Amino acid sequence: MALYSDKVMDHFRNPRNVGVIEDADAVGEVGNAKCGDIMKMYLKIENDTVADVKFETFGCGSAIASSSMATELIKGKKLDEVRELTNKAVAEALDGLPAYKMHCSVLAEEAIKAALDDYYSKHPEKL
Amino acid sequence: MRIYADNAATTRMSRSAIDAMVECMEKEYGNPSSLYTLGQSAKETLERARTQIAAVIGADPKEITFTSGGSEADNQAIRSAALAGRKAGKTHIISTAFEHHAVLHTLKKLETEGFEVTLLPVHEDGLVRPEELEAAIRKDTCLVTVMYANNEIGTVQPITELGAICRAKGVPFHTDAVQAVGHLPIDVKAQNIDMLSASAHKFHGPKGTGFLYVKKGLPLLNLIEGGAQERGKRAGTENVPGIVAMAAALAESAENMERNTAHLIPLRNRLIEGLKRIPHSALNGDAVKRLPGNVNFCFEGIEGESLLLLLDDRGISASSGSACTSGSLDPSHVLLAIGRVHDVAHGSLRLTLGEDTTEEEVDYMIKNITEVVEYLRSFSPVWRDLVSGKHPFIL
Repeated sequence: MALYSDKVMDHFRNPRNVGVIEDADAVGEVGNAKCGDIMKMYLKIENDTVADVKFETFGCGSAIASSSMATELIKGKKLDEVRELTNKAVAEALDGLPAYKMHCSVLAEEAIKAALDDYYSKHPEKL
Repeated sequence: MRIYADNAATTRMSRSAIDAMVECMEKEYGNPSSLYTLGQSAKETLERARTQIAAVIGADPKEITFTSGGSEADNQAIRSAALAGRKAGKTHIISTAFEHHAVLHTLKKLETEGFEVTLLPVHEDGLVRPEELEAAIRKDTCLVTVMYANNEIGTVQPITELGAICRAKGVPFHTDAVQAVGHLPIDVKAQNIDMLSASAHKFHGPKGTGFLYVKKGLPLLNLIEGGAQERGKRAGTENVPGIVAMAAALAESAENMERNTAHLIPLRNRLIEGLKRIPHSALNGDAVKRLPGNVNFCFEGIEGESLLLLLDDRGISASSGSACTSGSLDPSHVLLAIGRVHDVAHGSLRLTLGEDTTEEEVDYMIKNITEVVEYLRSFSPVWRDLVSGKHPFIL
């Protein structure tokens, strides 16, 4: 049996929404290099909707795949929905992750939450 | 192109080892403990293999005990010396910080049983300093165990010197030579080695077979109780086909050692030179005092598992000391022991070449590793922070 599902490998090999948004409305960065995983999410927000999203990740295959999948799950979504995103949803969308890699999906959820925190701290009226 | 560059993990069985194994399974299926002809013939085959193996390391056949592999041999050697030490009131053991876990975990266990363990530093170059060993030996030291060659970074210890120090101080000296046997010339008598562990699958023999050399006169403790096999020191019907194949593989490796080394060292150095051209990368371990086929690098700003997966896609089988490949949160204890910080240790890559590695394969690896490192850096937030000057480069 392979280490990862086909979906994880697909998102790892062809990550969606890779890169940087220079004039992002919100940026969230979580993890640290010491533990071997860092995720950074850039959001462009228009009309309370994620108009665009990009990510950068330093990490293992499942970390890269989780970031990629998370961006797909939130792109075009209302912020209210984005706030509800869970790591489980990310992992399920990837057809599962090995138990010891679940923290990668947690990191993806946290990166998006960190970006939302950044957005609401700049726009408290939106909360 | 499919390139196998993980020969430190395991090797492909040699043709002669496979042939010897198959022939043994077909013809010598008797139990060596049985007294009829078929059993005694298997016994003779087994003893021939023992003699063959002993000759390669300059030991007496009686000093060779067959085991299931390197880990069992390490456990048995260390436990035996510890028990003998305790009986003599000596409970101090010296080892190094970057031993294989078969050694380190056994020592950890012994600590909970009242032993005191000193781990010698291995410095940036991955080498033990003989004078530091000499200074660490105490009146109550019952064992010194230092690996012959490191499994990750390939550094080769000054075993002869370390052995001489132990001999002069009257302390038993064990070496985990799993990565060295069949690859480096070994003479246990000339090198003052009292105990030595080896594993067949690291030199083109089968998995599940190994041996422990123990100098005549040193006590040996059973890990497995039962029958009288191996002079009563390791119960269980002998893995005759595996042992015969191990002997064939070792004899072949020993015979071709000079030629293999002459083939591997230029390839290894070519690979090192090629990978050094990747910016912010560094070779791990001494450049010269290392196994002929071992290359181990750290690349700043990337993580090892994703590197391995992408290299696998390009046909390269390699390994890494990153946390994600170790199944824990910490990267390789070997890389930490030579002073690599976590951030950098996560981005490590080990390539271990074999006798059939070609120059074309080395060049393919250099090209593809360079491309994959560059690609992973292109969307690494760590790399971005290094390039922008937010964090200083370490390498």
